[in-house]
Amino acid sequence: MLKGEGEPADPQTRPLHPLALRIMHWTNAIAMIIMIGSGWKIYNDEVLFGWLHFPSWVTIGGGAEGALQWHFFAMWLLAINGLAYLAYGLRTGRFRRMLLPIRVPEVLLEVRKALRLDLKHDDLTQYNAVQRLLYIGIIAVIIVQVLSGLIIWKPVQFSELSFLFYDFQGARLAHFIGMVAIVGFVLVHVALALIVPQTLVAMLKGGPQVPKDPPEAALDADASANLTSGSAR
Amino acid sequence: MSLRTPSSSVFRPKRGIDQSVLEENKQLVETFNRRKVLRGALSLGALTMLTGCDVTSRDAVQGVLKTVSQWNDRAQAALFRPNHLAPTFSPSQVVKPPRFNAYYDVEDVAPVDAATWKLELAGLIQDKRPWTASQIYELPEQEIIVRHICVEGWDYIGQWSGVNLRRFLERIGADLAAKYVSFRCADDYYGSIDMPSALHPQTLLATKYAGEPITDPFGFPLRLRTAVKLGFKNPKWITAMEVTNTYRGGYWEDRGFNWFSGI
Repeated sequence: MLKGEGEPADPQTRPLHPLALRIMHWTNAIAMIIMIGSGWKIYNDEVLFGWLHFPSWVTIGGGAEGALQWHFFAMWLLAINGLAYLAYGLRTGRFRRMLLPIRVPEVLLEVRKALRLDLKHDDLTQYNAVQRLLYIGIIAVIIVQVLSGLIIWKPVQFSELSFLFYDFQGARLAHFIGMVAIVGFVLVHVALALIVPQTLVAMLKGGPQVPKDPPEAALDADASANLTSGSAR
Repeated sequence: MSLRTPSSSVFRPKRGIDQSVLEENKQLVETFNRRKVLRGALSLGALTMLTGCDVTSRDAVQGVLKTVSQWNDRAQAALFRPNHLAPTFSPSQVVKPPRFNAYYDVEDVAPVDAATWKLELAGLIQDKRPWTASQIYELPEQEIIVRHICVEGWDYIGQWSGVNLRRFLERIGADLAAKYVSFRCADDYYGSIDMPSALHPQTLLATKYAGEPITDPFGFPLRLRTAVKLGFKNPKWITAMEVTNTYRGGYWEDRGFNWFSGI
């Protein structure tokens, strides 16, 4: 069985969520809260939808100028932390180990289970297919969100990219839709973490000990996987 | 003679002091606990320190945000491509009239009299003779059809013409190595931009919109129009221009908006 917390650390194991990853997770959470709250205040200054204004008690920054200061402060936090997270996930093989593969039948099975409110998640070390899809999806959404943000911030300096969202208002709309996707993810993510509290504890304390997976081993596995797929062809 | 009768002050009790209160609270006075008083005083002190701390931390947060905003000025200057042109559009896409923006409503615009108007020059400029409107309107014109983007999030395509600011700065013998070009306006608005943005090929001292002289609400007789800055960095009704190495800020910038505000 998995080792409990507080036991002497085995040199061959590491926590499921290493300290660096936990720091990046919570830094991202703080940066996202600031980006969303200040973004809502900036949105209120020139709304995209006449029926939608964010009440001031959910926004960050006293006025538009304060909200812009917060937004352009947290963007560095988000971008630097995000780049560190991507480098970490690729370098350590965590993305491949935790987020791949995604198979359609497994996704359908997990969706059916979730709809029956069967949300058991006994083995924290394995993400199910829906979790993998959502985590990869949110990473992609945040990357697109940074891109639309860059184009809103610098439509002239990055004019080569401005076609991506049609025009300036297109980039604003994409940035808004990205926000909706992120807020939607956060609501589901937080709700599930509260329903299965050991996941929340694991992201604070590190979770169960798992065998160490050095990058070299991951690379070897990758090479052999390529070989097998090559021979299968 | 020997004894003075006490004056009948309204503050002097007519009878002796009522001792019953002391009797009633005798128990309390006897059990008076010095330690409890100390503890209470400490809590009170801690409370005042907490509020003090709150104010200080709010100032600290403001300080951090201001520092980051200044750092963002430098980051934007580093990102700025001096010869990269903003996208341009066709005359059929031009919005007429342009969209109004100022720190007051359009009804409160005070028109400028072109007959008495002058452009004053100051700072690191060799020829500081002021310019009249007719002199300015005789200068060679450049036209740009570019997107105006407001910090609030709206935008429109506008067609502006006037003298290229770099050519004008060269003509008056301005120090092109100076850091800033700063403007003062008839409506007490003021602003400043960095020299690289001032020298950008799509930065004009605009006199016309869609081929006609700019109308009163949009800055007649002279305004700045640069394709590389947000709307509020384009002062209207300019009355004075200074080339300087001293940071002059701006109307909105001094109220917390980012100074560089390049797009």
